[in-house]
Amino acid sequence: MADTGVVETFLQRIEKVDGGADSQEVAASLGVDHQVIVGAVKSLQTLGDVISAELRSSKHWELTEEGTEIAEQGSHEARVFNSIPLEGLPQAELMKLSFGKIGFSKAMSNKWIRVDKSHDGGPRIFRTVESIHDQVREKLLLAKRGDAARLDEKEKNELKKRKLLAEVTVKSYWITKGNSFSTTVTKQETELTPEMIASGSWKEKKFKPYNFEAMGVAPDCGHLHPLMKVRTQFRQIFLEMGFSEMPTNNFIESSFWNFDSLFQPQQHPARDQHDTFFLSDPSLAHHFPMDYLERVKKVHSEGGYGSQGYKYDWKMEEAQKNILRTHTTAVSARMLYKLAQQEKFTPVKYFSIDRVFRNETLDATHLAEFHQIEGVVADYGLTLGDLMGVLHQFFTKLGITKLRFKPAYNPYTEPSMEVFSYHEGLKKWVEVGNSGVFRPEMLLPMGLPEDVSVIAWGLSLERPTMIKYGINNIRELVGHKVNLQMVYDSPICRLDS
Amino acid sequence: DELCFEFGLELDEITSEREIISKEQGDSKASDASDVILYKIDVPANRYDLLCLEGLVRGLQVFKNKLEAPRYRRLSPDSGESQRLIITKETAAVRPHAVAAVLRNITFTQERYDSFIELQEKLHQNICRSRSLVAIGTHDLDTISGPFTYTAKAPGDICFRPLNQTKEYTATQLMSLYKTDSHLRHYLPIIEDKPVYPVIYDSNDIVLSMPPIINGDHSKISLKTKNVFIECTATDLTKAKIVLDMIVTMFSEYCAQPFTVEQAEVVYPDGKTCIYPELAYRKEKLSGEFINKKVGIRESTERIAQLLTRMCLLSQPTGVGDEIEVEIPPTRPDVIHACDIMEDAAIAYGFNNITRTTPHTYTVANQFPLNKLTELLRQDLAAAGFTEALNFALCSQEDIADKLGKKISETRAIHISNPKTAEFQVARTTLLPGLLKTIAANRKMPLPLKLFEISDVVLKDESKDSTFFPGRCAEIFVRGTSVGRLGVLHPDVIGRFELTMPCSALEMDLEPFL
Repeated sequence: MADTGVVETFLQRIEKVDGGADSQEVAASLGVDHQVIVGAVKSLQTLGDVISAELRSSKHWELTEEGTEIAEQGSHEARVFNSIPLEGLPQAELMKLSFGKIGFSKAMSNKWIRVDKSHDGGPRIFRTVESIHDQVREKLLLAKRGDAARLDEKEKNELKKRKLLAEVTVKSYWITKGNSFSTTVTKQETELTPEMIASGSWKEKKFKPYNFEAMGVAPDCGHLHPLMKVRTQFRQIFLEMGFSEMPTNNFIESSFWNFDSLFQPQQHPARDQHDTFFLSDPSLAHHFPMDYLERVKKVHSEGGYGSQGYKYDWKMEEAQKNILRTHTTAVSARMLYKLAQQEKFTPVKYFSIDRVFRNETLDATHLAEFHQIEGVVADYGLTLGDLMGVLHQFFTKLGITKLRFKPAYNPYTEPSMEVFSYHEGLKKWVEVGNSGVFRPEMLLPMGLPEDVSVIAWGLSLERPTMIKYGINNIRELVGHKVNLQMVYDSPICRLDS
Repeated sequence: DELCFEFGLELDEITSEREIISKEQGDSKASDASDVILYKIDVPANRYDLLCLEGLVRGLQVFKNKLEAPRYRRLSPDSGESQRLIITKETAAVRPHAVAAVLRNITFTQERYDSFIELQEKLHQNICRSRSLVAIGTHDLDTISGPFTYTAKAPGDICFRPLNQTKEYTATQLMSLYKTDSHLRHYLPIIEDKPVYPVIYDSNDIVLSMPPIINGDHSKISLKTKNVFIECTATDLTKAKIVLDMIVTMFSEYCAQPFTVEQAEVVYPDGKTCIYPELAYRKEKLSGEFINKKVGIRESTERIAQLLTRMCLLSQPTGVGDEIEVEIPPTRPDVIHACDIMEDAAIAYGFNNITRTTPHTYTVANQFPLNKLTELLRQDLAAAGFTEALNFALCSQEDIADKLGKKISETRAIHISNPKTAEFQVARTTLLPGLLKTIAANRKMPLPLKLFEISDVVLKDESKDSTFFPGRCAEIFVRGTSVGRLGVLHPDVIGRFELTMPCSALEMDLEPFL
């Protein structure tokens, strides 16, 4: 808090003034530096509505150091003139004087002096006129007195160019009385203390109002990652719908389970080097349920189970290749196979949310690693209408109620549907997921009963997260380059609102 | 847009030639371009019959009941003798299969010609897997004369004038010539290292083509061509047959006798002969109830037959109960099971017309124990003041070995065979590098930085610790089993991650706690 003495004197001055006062003037009249008044103004402002201070800035012209020197001693050219006696002065001597060089050229252009180059003993300077009028000094004196307004723009700019005059911005406050104006300053308390409560002294004290413009200190705490927060919510949704979680703790999978068991042919582009990460070590998997494998081989190469098959040479080595799984559907396949080995079929609902890997081109919304959400229902007599119904229930929990379905293609589902929802903001239908009914060529070799249908759907975890948290580049969400501040600041995840 | 959505096509973009040039090269260059509206449509990957305008329009018109699907017929030639393609045994080493057909009295316009070439390219990219499985060659039959021989010869022995060239080259020279061709160089590896290259000659030793690289200039097709000889060589016979069927069904529309194809005879090394194109119409019987049950609708048998016919699957109720006989045309090789037919019925019905129902599957849900425990721990770690990080599972070898003071052979890491950059060399064996990299990327954040991550690592099988500061680390045991380690990181490790402050870390295996 500024020196109470100054503040009180200041307040008294304001009290006497009608209207308001300029802080510069007040400073001058009180004989204190302007900054002291500024300090007083600032501390008064924290007390509430004691005064109101409007920041103003004004420009005025001030003499530079050099300008001040000239105002006192005369311009360089005038001094040059005055230092030349009747018989003239050698140029060399003139140049030795401090004002010599600059003054000489100026005096020459003013035609106050002349040079006789051919004089004995070297060039000699003579006066050309009897007396001179030191206009520059006069103008500067005007400015010094505060009458710079009397000089026209051209004159001022000229002096500015010669670095004799400078335009200076002066900030000052226009002070007027505030609603709670008083000439006394009462100290305000900032905190309620235990002593005040005990003694009751709080009743007599005035408390400083809160500054709601200032940021508070953030408490020290931990934070959960936004993508994982969204994952938790999706997990919750599935559990609420009665879906059991599949064991997905294996990033590595054999091509057999990832592709072949899903009836994806060995020549399919997705099995390319360009799209899938293959392992060099360990490169091949060796343990498979062999009788099942034989059935898979047959349905690919010859057909069967009511299918024509793909009619190509199915190779064991291709199926053995280890890869980083390209979808969690590989786990669904394992689970369905396991289900088919049961004595008696029981209907199931499974889900998983876990990481998958694609060796594709990376851009703002695609990384090599991302998370896939998958839901599967296996039961007798499920229809396409049932799939739509389950999707509707699922998406309703996300707050999405308007859905449309479009025919699509997946190697392992038939029919396949892309799921679209209406985006109120963009005013168009956007894709929110993919779904389908697994093909008989996939289910029957596993040993599942013929009238059992398996419906499934999936979407990525990153996309809804990026939409929810307003993130445009996936690298700002996943990986080590993520800004931790984003993680600190990310709000709770409420998917249905 | 609606039509595309219903049928299963994606309307990608509506633009014009002028717009495209404008976007790519600026407005001034676009001033002479056409304003004709262009529709960019994405078709499903398994529908080869929709890859050209002819097929797409045909499919949509049948779908909208504006047209009846044409019947494609294979005819024997008027003159009696079919064109013959004789395959010799040398091809077995490099590209054993071939099929052929003739389009008789066809009329090309510039548009039809362009579409014809474009379809071949699309098929090459799609089902032919960049010509590695099948390669297509089309020739002006009037410039050549059969019988044709498909054989394989040493590169130095093959010499001809390839398409759009003025002089003759040997195959060896062509391999070098096309190394710099932006389009053809991708196909060279298919035959480059083989001892013999495939080549097709006519009876006067004129080279028709050297598949899968380039055709001969002599037999090239022009707008004036009236008779086309088509040959497809392949490593996969099934696909070659599909490809041939596709081309002829799509373009036989422009023959004097529309939708007819003249047969060709292929003679195998063992003397066996085959007539192509197959143009097979396959019949399948299914019940109306099957369709109704799978889709979740209740349509009459007649109605279902009508729906399927709209999808180019000509169908009739047989009169036996609700049985329907469906005829699958050669343009639909994607239909291999009754479920494909069922999907088409649903598309014709309209997916969005199907009433949605709720399955009454009663299940009690279970959490995967490892995930259940993880979720509980995440909450408590955050409550303890730690911030969750999410790092990549793939990283460089350095990250999990050198930087941690280990040799890569000591880690139980799995290695990726086709990493695009060093960041994809191995899968992480520990969560530590990810956390340290996260801290390094967030140096400017106020201290303390307290991070955690609970996630999978990948370990090959079996393995001790130069990662920690001597005397300042410990192994954690629970009931006699080692579950992890903790300690102060060795200054060298800290330096390798470009950090400066002392760091302590704890890493534990969760699975023993289940």
